[in-house]
Amino acid sequence: MMITRREAILAGFGSIATAAVPSMGLAATVDELTATFTGGAAAGEGGLTLTAPEIAENGNTVPVEVNAPGAVAIMILATGNPEPAVATFTFGPAAGSQRAATRIRLAKTQDVVAMAKMADGSVVQASATVKVTIGGCGG
Amino acid sequence: MITRREFLQASVAASAIVGISGFGNWSRLAAQQALTQDQLLQFDDFGNVTLIHITDIHAQLKPIWFREPEINIGVGEAAGRPPHVTGKDFIKMFNLTPGSPEAYALTYEDFTALGKTYGKMGGMDRVATVVKAIKAARPEAILLDGGDTWHGSMTSFLTKGQDMVDVMNALGVEAMTSHWEWTYGSERVNEIVEGLPFPFLGANIFDVEWNEPAYEPYTIFERGGVRIAVIGQAFPYMPIANPGWMFPEYSFGIREERMQEVVDEVRGQGVDLVVCLSHNGFDVDRKMISRVKGIDVILTGHTHDAVPEPVLVGETILIASGSNGKFVSRVDLDVRDGRMMGFRHKLIPIFSDVIAPDAEMASLIDEARAPFKDQLEEQIGTTDSLLYRRGNFNGTWDDLICRAVRSERDAQIALSPGVRWGTTLLPGDAITREDIHNVTSMTYGACYRNAMTGETLKLILEDVADNIFNTDPYYQQGGDMVRVGGLAYAIDVSKPIGERISDMRLADTGEAIEAAKSYTVAGWASVNEGTEGPQIWDVIESHIRKIGTVSLEPNTTVTVTGI
Repeated sequence: MMITRREAILAGFGSIATAAVPSMGLAATVDELTATFTGGAAAGEGGLTLTAPEIAENGNTVPVEVNAPGAVAIMILATGNPEPAVATFTFGPAAGSQRAATRIRLAKTQDVVAMAKMADGSVVQASATVKVTIGGCGG
Repeated sequence: MITRREFLQASVAASAIVGISGFGNWSRLAAQQALTQDQLLQFDDFGNVTLIHITDIHAQLKPIWFREPEINIGVGEAAGRPPHVTGKDFIKMFNLTPGSPEAYALTYEDFTALGKTYGKMGGMDRVATVVKAIKAARPEAILLDGGDTWHGSMTSFLTKGQDMVDVMNALGVEAMTSHWEWTYGSERVNEIVEGLPFPFLGANIFDVEWNEPAYEPYTIFERGGVRIAVIGQAFPYMPIANPGWMFPEYSFGIREERMQEVVDEVRGQGVDLVVCLSHNGFDVDRKMISRVKGIDVILTGHTHDAVPEPVLVGETILIASGSNGKFVSRVDLDVRDGRMMGFRHKLIPIFSDVIAPDAEMASLIDEARAPFKDQLEEQIGTTDSLLYRRGNFNGTWDDLICRAVRSERDAQIALSPGVRWGTTLLPGDAITREDIHNVTSMTYGACYRNAMTGETLKLILEDVADNIFNTDPYYQQGGDMVRVGGLAYAIDVSKPIGERISDMRLADTGEAIEAAKSYTVAGWASVNEGTEGPQIWDVIESHIRKIGTVSLEPNTTVTVTGI
């Protein structure tokens, strides 16, 4: 029997170490989340690709993808949301690639920030402005 | 504004690629006042590959008037550069003679007088003559359609695009991409696509559920011993600028990384030439080819720009072929050793009184129109004013539409979409039902009437303005500013979103718009599902019947600064 794509993905999810952000009584700020993730290390550039649409087709479900070869963890923040924390993905030594894709909800036009922590403790950062618009008149 | 010399140096001369544009030739012919079909088509064959590009026809089967924009502001790096050069500046930049056929075709200057002298442009039967002539010289020429083909007229609306599909199939199109096609709904699009004798390309069209490619990204042609990849790029902002509920299964976007991936894939297959058939819009394409490596030729569409010479970005040439069937681009390329070594280009103007209609195509068009002939040609009124739309702010057609909407729907304020399509009428012309459809035809044309607060109105104006005047082209959707009736405002195009619009007033009384106060607003082309109201063309028809003859005063309600 052929298994469906959905079943394959559901099965696959079990083996990925995905840490959903626990709900917090009081939203942590971008600075707090950054400090906790980096441990104070200054974030460099390069080695992390953040892919997001320039303009969201639907602000309630915006596809984003992060890819940082060699990373042990990647954090995604929606800096303009009331609660900026979106997800932190951790990668064990057996991970075949250090890449993750998800969909996030954006309250308004804002910068989405991704940070990747490398095995040596260094941190790199990438950001993308995602516009949430009321729709226009393309002609 | 940069001079033409600088423009050419920046584009052609600075590159290793040898380029010739046939434009100068056309100029000289015009100066001799010897405009003949042979001369319009004159082209010294060059190299070993020929591309024919036509785009944004907007279902205009018959010759039309189409006045190019008077105001087409460029922001950021695009300021003062083509296509953001109009009128006398355009004439100067491209060394045209004022009052010449090419000045008429490419600018708005003296449009009424020159229109009467040189006649209508376009007509798919004339386009067919041009395509056949090019194919006679170069049998392996590839005809590519940049999209916005199936939409924009009464007959295309009534046949759900079938009249255009039949015409484009007969014309011999070999690949296309898309935009307004999707407003017939995904079911109709897929029904047509299944029957097309050529691929419907869109490397950036993805399945919403799995975020995976949903249509063929590219096709490969083998012509004259050369392997040519043509990659399609559909309009990126489909579900934002047009009603997403009509094609909920698909996601679009610029997806620059995807374009690079596809270019790399076809290069990996050892093609000799990579062509991108795009509906991104001029500024978006100019940015995309500065970042995506490996595209030789980009055939741009969407923003309706007719630029008589290719723009060179790095090693990529960008070709802009206008709209409404006014122009056909012929691009001859010398491709050797897997490289584009040179090009020769001509933006061929379709002067309908100079180029003979192709008999086969003419009869196909007549056949398509026959069932609707009486409806199409019924005269509704007359105009004393030049009626046009194209430009960043209200055109006279928009003023007429807004007036009709306010009066027929009893609203304080009218909003009308800043689409770039919509043909022109000269003073003295009859206004037929078809003419009204040419500026309004759409599958979501209900004319709504709502209450809106001043705050909402400001939000709408700011949001649409940012779609045009954001300095990053990737955030531009390629339309013009929303048209307004009964509302005056000031706009500083140099400011960021939220700060551009000021001094909003009711135009009739001068009374300032208050954020918390509610106003009656009527408009059309809402992207929201379930919008109710009469069809916009019926609203306009009813208004014109009442007034008989249209006579418009200049509109001074929008004050533009920051240019």
